[in-house]
Amino acid sequence: MVRWIVTLGLFAGLLLLLAVGLQRDPREVPSPLIGKALPAFNLEFLQSAGTSTETTGFDEPYLLNVWASWCVACRDEHPVLLELAREGVPVIGLNYKDSRSNGLHWLKKRGDPYRYTLFDPDGVFGLDLGVYGVPETFVVGANGVILHKHVGPLTHQEYAARIEPLLRKPAP
Amino acid sequence: MRTTGFACLLMLVPLFTVRAADQPLSFADTDLQSRFETLLSELRCLVCQNQTLADSHAELAQDLRHEVFRLLSEGASDEDIHAFMVARYGDFVLYNPPVKKTTAALWVGPGAFLLCALILVYRRVSRSQQHQATSERPATSEAESDAS
Repeated sequence: MVRWIVTLGLFAGLLLLLAVGLQRDPREVPSPLIGKALPAFNLEFLQSAGTSTETTGFDEPYLLNVWASWCVACRDEHPVLLELAREGVPVIGLNYKDSRSNGLHWLKKRGDPYRYTLFDPDGVFGLDLGVYGVPETFVVGANGVILHKHVGPLTHQEYAARIEPLLRKPAP
Repeated sequence: MRTTGFACLLMLVPLFTVRAADQPLSFADTDLQSRFETLLSELRCLVCQNQTLADSHAELAQDLRHEVFRLLSEGASDEDIHAFMVARYGDFVLYNPPVKKTTAALWVGPGAFLLCALILVYRRVSRSQQHQATSERPATSEAESDAS
């Protein structure tokens, strides 16, 4: 009898382990950059002239959204970003491995949710950010420290659950 | 006839895919080249997660191959290149992850399972031997009585 209960318990434990394992997204690789400062960069702006070496002008946490015109999932994500921008959430764009004309065309056609967009045609900054699946969204604290990384299209649920609490919290 | 034509067309497909693949990178120096190949086979492509950088045709893998090539030609050591990748993509990028608190289950788990299984088997075998030892005498006496 005891033996049966132990066997059943072990089996249930195994099932639970497998069930939890199957629920997890294998594409979600924990980023080693969390808790670290945003890597240095030197990039042109997509829309305006000049280059930028820091994301200035923020005394609050902001989102850094990596996107490209060739990225299909970015299309699904775009309305969410537009709505967040309307609500006043500061979002910076990083146009990743794209051509300037395609990037500009995309923003003209679908609307521009970004305060401004950095242009990274060769994916140099993307490499330093460990970007591997566009779209990706980083939450950056006002002090320039990366608080969170989301891989894949951002949804309202994901935003409410994981990102909004970080934005509301004052920088430590 | 038609199907043969179609089959011929299909046979052309691989030619185009080969054309689409990126230029292979190689060092003239055989020592560097072998290090390059080893490194690529030790690093994971994060897009197609069960392929190494050497195997994958994903664009990210191409970029990272170029990056490894660049770092090697600048004289970086194998450890430098591992550190470069881990700083960006985490331990997951290594096919041979370091032993740490977060990877302990990965390293110890299989051994622990094997140990448990061995203990179970040992216990079962010794118990059945005991059982046999105690039940042997009456069985043989019965057999003897049958024979006589």
